[in-house]
Amino acid sequence: MFDIVGRRGWWYLLSTVLLVPGVVALLTGGLKPGIDFTGGTLLQVRVAAETTQEDVTSAAQGAGFPEAVVQMAGESDALLRVRAIDVDEKDDLLTGLGSAMGPVEELGFSAIGPVVGEELTRAAVIAVAVASGLILLYVTWAFRGMQHSFRYGVAAIVALLHDALFVIGVFALLGHALNVQIDALFVTALLTVIGFSVNDSIVVFDRIRETNRDYVHLDEHERPGLADIINHSANQSLTRSLNTSFTALLVLLALLLLGGPTIRDFVLALSLGFAIGTYSSIFNAACLVASWEQRDIPRLWRRLIPWRRAAAN
Amino acid sequence: MRRRHQAVLALIAVVFGLALYIVIPNSPGFPVQVGTRDFSDLEFRQGLDLQGGLHVRFEADPAPDQSVDADAMEAVRQIIENRVNALGVAEPVIQIEGDTRLIVELPGLGGPDPDCDPAAEECDDPLDDAIALFRETGQLLIVDTGSRPYPDDEVFVADPDDVVLRGADLQSARVEFDQLGASMIAFELKPSSGEHFERHTSTHLGQWLTITVDDIVINSAVIEAPIRDEGVIRGTFTPDEARRVAIQLQYGALPVPLKVVQNLTVRPTLGEESLALSVRAGIVGAVLVLAFMVAYYRAAGVVAALALVAYVMIVFAIFKLVPVTLTLAGVAGVILSLGVAVDANILIFERTREEVRRGRAVRRAIEAGFNRAWPSIRDSNVSTLLICAVLFGFGSGGVRGFALTLAIGVAVSMFSAITISRTLLRLAVLVPGVDQPRWFGARPIPEESAA
Repeated sequence: MFDIVGRRGWWYLLSTVLLVPGVVALLTGGLKPGIDFTGGTLLQVRVAAETTQEDVTSAAQGAGFPEAVVQMAGESDALLRVRAIDVDEKDDLLTGLGSAMGPVEELGFSAIGPVVGEELTRAAVIAVAVASGLILLYVTWAFRGMQHSFRYGVAAIVALLHDALFVIGVFALLGHALNVQIDALFVTALLTVIGFSVNDSIVVFDRIRETNRDYVHLDEHERPGLADIINHSANQSLTRSLNTSFTALLVLLALLLLGGPTIRDFVLALSLGFAIGTYSSIFNAACLVASWEQRDIPRLWRRLIPWRRAAAN
Repeated sequence: MRRRHQAVLALIAVVFGLALYIVIPNSPGFPVQVGTRDFSDLEFRQGLDLQGGLHVRFEADPAPDQSVDADAMEAVRQIIENRVNALGVAEPVIQIEGDTRLIVELPGLGGPDPDCDPAAEECDDPLDDAIALFRETGQLLIVDTGSRPYPDDEVFVADPDDVVLRGADLQSARVEFDQLGASMIAFELKPSSGEHFERHTSTHLGQWLTITVDDIVINSAVIEAPIRDEGVIRGTFTPDEARRVAIQLQYGALPVPLKVVQNLTVRPTLGEESLALSVRAGIVGAVLVLAFMVAYYRAAGVVAALALVAYVMIVFAIFKLVPVTLTLAGVAGVILSLGVAVDANILIFERTREEVRRGRAVRRAIEAGFNRAWPSIRDSNVSTLLICAVLFGFGSGGVRGFALTLAIGVAVSMFSAITISRTLLRLAVLVPGVDQPRWFGARPIPEESAA
């Protein structure tokens, strides 16, 4: 059996290492909110001839949209981001592109006013908060037979915030590196990741509950400690967790590679979330319950602050 | 025991058969009508991003002295709905959002005629035209302008004292063509208004009447004879413009002007391409998952594969029955659920293998595996359903569709694991030889080394 719980300090360190680059990117403004949040226009066009990002950008600028940001999807499809415009202005833009580059076909047009964008941001924040609250209540209730069932709820929430922060962090890095923007679908992906993160944590907790039940008839001094029970359960959940996330990642990978550009970012967010969620359910959620039981935080506190250690001695 | 298996198997076969009947393309469906839902029409409902179309969110944009109440919004909704129906789009969605917003969704509305060359002529774009049609308040005025005509298409704000007739005075309006083929709008007045109009026209012979819609001059005309209850408006219309104005007149003016706060138009080409790519990816993903399950769990994996096929059929049947509007994200959700649906099977099989390793006979290990895995399947899936409820509650449009598809997927995967997988597995081990541990990818471990 692999000593998962005993090495929990390393897992927390690994989580920190995984999260820090993303958090730095996030704090330095890497997460680029798309038009769904800020308002603006997204116009997708197909140019008859092969074209480049530079050509489309200069054509859009020539048409009176100096702020245009262009992203290519393949050799002849381009995504243009400009300020929020109406149908007449869109026609101007299309005419301008057409006169500079030859025939241009409009594939999709999305214009969002700034007010609607603000509402989406608010709804997303509320949704994550409400989801976390509900999960805390539900896990506390579902594990009511266990001592300190509240701790399982908190551990599940920490794990889900860990997963969400990881995915957000990676997209902040991508925002810096490739100017990737997040949209309403990103929020959907995030909430889905949260859902399955908790799903994974609960499966591990359930195993803890069951193992605990196997020993409950023993006397206090014969019973293994909670940390041992958690370690045993985490090990037994390992194969299931790996297989489940493997099958999920198989289909997500197929979507990522074959599914086309429209939902690529959405699928990428889901894939990242599923991978990290499997890890965090065992190496964070389960270990956190053990940490709480073993009073890790007061211990760490004592270790870090010399005079407290001196006082304790 | 065996007889009970057969009964459950028969039930599964019936459910699967029904699902198959519903899922086959052009399924005749059932001759049943519940409320407005006709179950003889069973087709997948595709969202805007798949079949193309228009999604517009309007906000009431009242004049400074104007207020917007629920009645006004309801009137706006009805007028827009009438105008939409006149366009002849299948399955439009027109709903009020909050206090002052209106969402209009027109799936399947196509782009411009592909044969029309924009360089040579002016092409009508139905998507753009539709937005223009909804936004225009459609305020018709027939104004007494005395001895002066006004040029067409010019902005002209009438003095309220000079207004002879308003849109509300019309009984009906329709497009007609004169002998030269030019379009004109023929209208009929309500009886009370007809009297008033007759009085005016008989006393103002030889003077000009100017017709405006939303303060734009349509036409000025000399009164040649008294008019009682029927007339025509001539102008420089194309047939499409004439039809649009007629629709506005027919269904009345909006009580408040609207402005566009969100506009999403998707051309059908893009949706078709995206859907084809996603479906291909889904098939590849499903095959990979099935291959993995069979390679890893052997006989149990075959059972899981069969259960997954049944799962897909049942999910698609529910999508058609409800009906669920499938968006691109929803399709991705369904494909994801293929990977996740086997989770319940994996949980059960892993527990079964553990029991086998402890030296239990395969048949008893399967029962123990199901019983031990059930609480975790239940609790974990309930948490996912809770998240779906939150997504549904706070999301709009596409997010809601995604939450609904995910929730259906989770619920059906629970059902398929505890009924279909279980029964098939119980039956499989009745086949002589299949009840050996190696058929389950498990080797019994001697008692002493099993910790």
